[in-house]
Amino acid sequence: MSRHERYGWSALLLLALAFPWLAGNDYHLTVMSTAYIYAIATVGLNLITGYTGQFNLAHSGFMAVGAYTVGILTVDHGMPFWAAFALSGPVAALLGYFVGLVSLRLKTHFFSIFTLCVGYIMFLLIEKWEGLTHGTTGIVGIPAPESFAGLDFSEPRTQYYMVLLFLAASLWIMHRIVRSLLGRTFIAIRNGDELAQALGIDLMRNKLLAFMLSVFFAGMAGGLYAGYVRFIGPGIAAVEQTFDMTMYMLIGGIGTLAGPLLGAIGVPWLTQYLQFLQDYRFVVFGPVLVLLVIFLPHGVVGTWLLRRRRRDAERAAQPGSATPQAGARARKGTRHA
Amino acid sequence: MELFLQQVLNGLTLGGVYCLVALGLTLVYGILHVPNFAHGAFYMAGAYVAFFLVTRLGFGYWAALAGAAAAVALISVLSERLVFYPLRNAPYLHHMIASIGILLFLESGAQAIWGADFHRMDTPYNGILSFGGVILPAQRLLIIGAAFLLVALLQLFLKKTVTGATIVALAQNREGAALVGIDANRVAMLTFAIAGALAGMAAVLYAPINLVYTSMGHLVITKAFVIIVLGGMGSVPGAIVGGLIIGFAEAFGAFYISTDYKDIIAFALLVLILSLRPQGLFQKGAH
Amino acid sequence: MLELTSLTKCFGGLTAVNGISARFERGTINAIIGPNGAGKTTFFNLVSGALCPTSGRIVLDGRDVTGLRADQVARLGVARTFQSTTLFDGASVLDNLIVGHRLRTRSTLLDVVLGTRRLRDEERAARAKAREALDFVGLAHLEARLAGDISQEQRKRVAFALALATDPVLVLLDEPAGGVNPEETAGLADLIRKMKASGLTVCLIEHKMDMIMNLADRILVLNYGERIAEGTPAEIRANPVVIEAYLGSEHAAT
Repeated sequence: MSRHERYGWSALLLLALAFPWLAGNDYHLTVMSTAYIYAIATVGLNLITGYTGQFNLAHSGFMAVGAYTVGILTVDHGMPFWAAFALSGPVAALLGYFVGLVSLRLKTHFFSIFTLCVGYIMFLLIEKWEGLTHGTTGIVGIPAPESFAGLDFSEPRTQYYMVLLFLAASLWIMHRIVRSLLGRTFIAIRNGDELAQALGIDLMRNKLLAFMLSVFFAGMAGGLYAGYVRFIGPGIAAVEQTFDMTMYMLIGGIGTLAGPLLGAIGVPWLTQYLQFLQDYRFVVFGPVLVLLVIFLPHGVVGTWLLRRRRRDAERAAQPGSATPQAGARARKGTRHA
Repeated sequence: MELFLQQVLNGLTLGGVYCLVALGLTLVYGILHVPNFAHGAFYMAGAYVAFFLVTRLGFGYWAALAGAAAAVALISVLSERLVFYPLRNAPYLHHMIASIGILLFLESGAQAIWGADFHRMDTPYNGILSFGGVILPAQRLLIIGAAFLLVALLQLFLKKTVTGATIVALAQNREGAALVGIDANRVAMLTFAIAGALAGMAAVLYAPINLVYTSMGHLVITKAFVIIVLGGMGSVPGAIVGGLIIGFAEAFGAFYISTDYKDIIAFALLVLILSLRPQGLFQKGAH
Repeated sequence: MLELTSLTKCFGGLTAVNGISARFERGTINAIIGPNGAGKTTFFNLVSGALCPTSGRIVLDGRDVTGLRADQVARLGVARTFQSTTLFDGASVLDNLIVGHRLRTRSTLLDVVLGTRRLRDEERAARAKAREALDFVGLAHLEARLAGDISQEQRKRVAFALALATDPVLVLLDEPAGGVNPEETAGLADLIRKMKASGLTVCLIEHKMDMIMNLADRILVLNYGERIAEGTPAEIRANPVVIEAYLGSEHAAT
């Protein structure tokens, strides 16, 4: 990580740690904590969609799987929260293994349509299978995480830090992944299946890994959601949630680390402040999404990173290399990340 | 026996609606090579426009149908020009996201104007016929009739006119068509217009039975995707056959298996088929 | 070192490649030429494992590799380039090449999460290999340049470097000189000679006859999916069947 990046992340962390004092009231804490939870899921989605190039429209379904794992185990079977939570990620990942096995052989569009259908199946199952999921009523009264070490997790401030801890851990792991050879492998797959294979990359194995990792994050976020909001319904599996997360990713910058994070935090706050937008947020965000995709496809963070990388490259370049016109010519006909 | 025929009727009704929606989607896929997630919103928009025309401006049912077709055709063309055309060289992911943006805009726009409630759409065809113990609600007969008429007209247009043949050529193979000197832009706009009109009309036909609400397009569009994947993306006969198959599968499934889970049938079919045959049922037009 | 026996590929009713047998000796430059639609790229796809042959055998260094997947074949030492290479435009040239060495590494997810020694060593090795490959193709000075900002000819060289970073024994180049001017073509030809000199075996598909005639040790001519001639450039130049195939295809309607 470069020095700038390290400063940036440290600053963000400090802000996050200090936030409860800056916030002023519990409502703001709630907004932020919920944003963090969705940020974890969004960062997961970014791994399979942004880095590996497969648009998974069932992502919110997997988040719901994690949430319902916690809900069902704690409310219906009396399991303590932390034990159930520990299962939320793995259960989602296991389901992801089977879904991925079947779906990742498909070409990109088919994959998206397939996952759209899988997502719908998940939603409909949750809604109709009352014996397991309580159907449309949802699961109420999920217990707060049990306290330990004197920390009371029903208290908003403690909850906030707990969620923040998981977010930080998720980002840290994600950071390790995307900077490593594994992350480069995913990017190579996004750039093109054929080329990746020609480089000796086992497509199925790596796509499956990326998929399972991404839904693990979703499941874990779902488990956190269940313990935080203490009530879940079929709505969390709806495809609209995936659309929300897609929007966060795009605004922040698909395929970057900070992008989805900033999008997932920035957009809910934006809608908070633009209260009148609350109901009409998509009337605005719909066109915003379209405009972004056309004019700023790399999102806020992505564009900034690109510009900075270009500056660094020019600074490091020696005179007498390819002329800027050649660069522009090459850029015209190329696929953009 | 009567119950069986009843389901046949239901199957035809559903199939007719799905056909119309899937046809538009499959033609557009040929142009975009990307699934247009906004198509469901076009469907919904058709219903709302007609609803508006009937309740606020006092249009008759058929006039509202025509108005809806025209309005959605316009929305569809605008989408093509303002959104998909600028993105023509962008990666597919961006197309998909942009179509979602359109979807969100249209749905929330409808919600902003008309609220999230369910609305009734009136139809002059409230009568019920009875034939040999089978109940034939007039609106369903109307849907079946109108759907087949529209499909027949479309087929005539696609087969017998030059423009129509061009659309088919473009839907099957854009590069090839461009090589032969076809004005891709004009044809693209026309295709989008037709697709929009079909979706809008399908909604207006079905709305009296199924009510009008902002998320009415969701299930329909997802099933339409199933249909075009199974029928072959870009294939008109595939969309027709697929639409009927899904329509029947749902009608019979709802009755003989379970009404609760009937919506899953289409998706389960897709999951099953793509699991066994990743390239879809037809290789023609596959990418 | 590469031996093909009766390689055939059918797509439904269409036979794209029909019973091609050939031998590529180690350390030679072999060109595959033929009119458009002769099956050259399909042939490459079969050799590299991107397609599975309908029948026939592929033996690499005495080992039967028929029907192996493309990534497995790559790991056995067969690298290939494509007519158009998609690079990650937003990253530096060097960054793009690092993944080339991935197939020789063994780090897993666990290594990544734990940040093990093995991962660090392998990443260092991959970076070094990337530099080495970039240097070999003469573009070391472009290391930090964004991949989206380089010229077409440089992109071709980077594609070569990517193939070289996989530590191959055989390199398949699909139209390496596509879209570059004559001067750049000569430069690329020199690069290919350099690859041969370093011990690699090269196969290339190319349409530029001057380049082929001066570069190749042996030429394989395909037409309608079949092998119609094979030999040295001099032999091919004088071969009436070959001349017929090219002249014939010129006269035929497209």
